[in-house]
Amino acid sequence: MNRRKITVAVTGLNNIDSPGPGIPVIRALKESSSFDVRIIGLSYESLEPGLYMHDLVDKSYAIPLPSAGSQALFKRLQYINSVENVDVIIPNFDAELHNFILLAAPLKQQLNIATFLPNREVFDSRHKSELPEFGKKYKINVPKSDMILSIKDFKKIEEDYTYPLVVKGKFYDASIAYNQEQAISYFHKIAAKWGLPIIIQEYVTGTEVNVTALGDGEGRCIGAVAMRKLYITDKGKAWSGITLDDPELISISRKVVENSRWRGGCELEFIKDEKDQYYLLEMNPRFPAWVYLAVGCGQNHPEALVRMALGEEVSPYETYDQGKMFIRYSYDLIVHMSEFEKISTLGEL
Amino acid sequence: MNINKNIAISDSGFLFNPSTGDSFSANPIGKEIITLIKEGNSLSEVVQQIHLKYAVDQDTLEKDLADFLYILKINHILKEDE
Repeated sequence: MNRRKITVAVTGLNNIDSPGPGIPVIRALKESSSFDVRIIGLSYESLEPGLYMHDLVDKSYAIPLPSAGSQALFKRLQYINSVENVDVIIPNFDAELHNFILLAAPLKQQLNIATFLPNREVFDSRHKSELPEFGKKYKINVPKSDMILSIKDFKKIEEDYTYPLVVKGKFYDASIAYNQEQAISYFHKIAAKWGLPIIIQEYVTGTEVNVTALGDGEGRCIGAVAMRKLYITDKGKAWSGITLDDPELISISRKVVENSRWRGGCELEFIKDEKDQYYLLEMNPRFPAWVYLAVGCGQNHPEALVRMALGEEVSPYETYDQGKMFIRYSYDLIVHMSEFEKISTLGEL
Repeated sequence: MNINKNIAISDSGFLFNPSTGDSFSANPIGKEIITLIKEGNSLSEVVQQIHLKYAVDQDTLEKDLADFLYILKINHILKEDE
């Protein structure tokens, strides 16, 4: 079968103990039945393992950190595109999405690079700090939460909660606090790492279940796969997981994706409590690091995203294999210093 | 009582609940009991058949069976008749 040759640039190459989704997305694209994909890796640090995985990543470029702003990113992408002629970019980090959403139109109009991202309004609506409103709007249970900027703010809302409660960063990190002292300590720790605001959330007990999903932005959910973590690292990351046959969970997830008119990949994190009620804890605005499990059980979400980004019609996936597992492992790449030197000094590898 | 219909049971006694992702290993007698329940036998019929086949006194069998059924129930493998 003749597969169309395309070039896709991917971020999130940090395949470490808190892995980015870049490498799983690349593996999914390499298994595409429609495309013969050349992969351009976009990295923020010289030690992102994906940079050195030459069987998956054909060429890599360093890009400016999100804090440098969208114009610095655009200039860099302009240069990369002049060399590589990129068809599609798939950003995979929460923190960089704001810049990529801002650049979606100029990238398409000026560089003919397609993206497949939600618009700013939809993107912001599922933000952790907006979750209560999001839940109300789409009739989904969400734990009670408040956004705070200081310890003074925390003390004002503290009596609305019972311990334990969850202290969360705006992009990453969450800790369970069992008393005020711990809550204040986590506030400072997370704020120092990820900045303000901090989110205080009601602690819901139950089983954590996650869904990787893809929306077309027109109100259709193109795919959704439910997974339960079987082995969790101390960072809360799944090191092993299994696909579930849970029609209710899939139905709720589809409703979220369809009603919010989500465009692109996302991960929905739920808690199923003792009464079998689902609570949406978070909606992450990109594929999860375990998205390759969806490919393994019959739904290639990254491939479908690329097809939609290129304007092709995609039919929704209706089923997937239940009881399929993923087991993650770590692997030592042996790398010559010259490669590290090249990406560190020239910004290309 | 019956075994939840979506529970997969292999010949080796490995049980998988696809709606929760939980898996369990039953020993040969555990698997035999599950199979008897799955075939539609009532509790007294299960007791009778196990009692006929194995050298076990009735009291011990009933007590062990009750414990086993409780474990199946709390793990969402067995459901009571409605």
